[in-house]
Amino acid sequence: MAYLTDRKRAQGTGSGRQGTMHHWQMLVSSILLVVLVPLFVLTFGIGLGGTYEETLAYFSRPFPAIVTALCLIVGILHFKREAEEAIEDYMHGVAERLTFIAVGALAYTLIAVALFALIKIAL
Amino acid sequence: MVQFTLPKNSKITTGKTWPKPDGATNVRKFQIYRWNPDDGKNPSVDTYFLDMDKCGPMVLDALIKIKNEIDPTLTFRRSCREGICGSCAMNIDGINTLACIYGMDEIKSATVKIYPLPHMPVVKDLIPDLTHFYAQHASIMPWLETKTNRPAKEWKQSIEDRKKLDGLYECVMCASCSTSCPSYWWNGDRYLGPAALLHAYRWIIDSRDEATGERLDELEDPFKLYRCHTIMNCAKTCPKGLNPAEAIANIKKMMIDRAV
Repeated sequence: MAYLTDRKRAQGTGSGRQGTMHHWQMLVSSILLVVLVPLFVLTFGIGLGGTYEETLAYFSRPFPAIVTALCLIVGILHFKREAEEAIEDYMHGVAERLTFIAVGALAYTLIAVALFALIKIAL
Repeated sequence: MVQFTLPKNSKITTGKTWPKPDGATNVRKFQIYRWNPDDGKNPSVDTYFLDMDKCGPMVLDALIKIKNEIDPTLTFRRSCREGICGSCAMNIDGINTLACIYGMDEIKSATVKIYPLPHMPVVKDLIPDLTHFYAQHASIMPWLETKTNRPAKEWKQSIEDRKKLDGLYECVMCASCSTSCPSYWWNGDRYLGPAALLHAYRWIIDSRDEATGERLDELEDPFKLYRCHTIMNCAKTCPKGLNPAEAIANIKKMMIDRAV
């Protein structure tokens, strides 16, 4: 038990002086996804239903490959930031920090795997 | 971790049912949360019946009638009875509002259910402990901060600049908004909540205040400000019709304007 005044309890250790860039990056990636997701659905839809060779040839073209890559990178990074928000909301202490690391590792691994697969198809 | 279930000693039980008034034809049922820290029992919901032909139109009128005529142990805060002091904020029919300006005709269900403001420690019955809420309000420096020498007469403000305070200065600190916010429920110890942030914006936007930068510095924090996820419960529930979510969005916009 600590004898803290109500004011000290409310002020805690003061401001972390951060959060604005996270908020700004979420806004930017949201706007990018508004453009990228319909483009991705369109390009992916066009590529559907073909044979294996046709699909390989389709994703070897620069436009479908670049749209897919951008959508994956921006989408996964957006997911990572949003997941971090949820973790901050509901978890605290050591569990929060460990989950932060796990989500970061998962997000960057997903990006790496997706890009590797895409490059392998495209090149 | 967030606590998703109530602790054992907070589980609500069925309380006492008081008799119906004799000879009344227009009777309405009230279910009211009761908890007394001195008796060691779990909270309960007591049932009361009122003759609406002999009762005022507001929920506070009913509570006062119950306290005066049926159960003097019922405890609640009230003062101005006209929506200015913010004392009688409580959860009525699932909505955080002021009992004094909430008409019983606005409640659609037959039974009027009254609980204290949610997710706050309860002092007794319908009285929440707002100590931390008030301390958070104090922490945003709710006063005019100036560095220039005090003018001989007054700090002048244009009509246009004064208009920017409309929709902000009217807040009566009833805590209805903050206690309706899920983010405040989960992280109320660190997140300032809609009421304190609305007041913070009221001073940030005041043309006479000279501590705008310091105020923004103090708010720039993942928890103090950025726990607001624009859920909008605050704007929906505010008994004064204010929009704390808009004030918070404006603070975030000012943060971006000075950083990007």
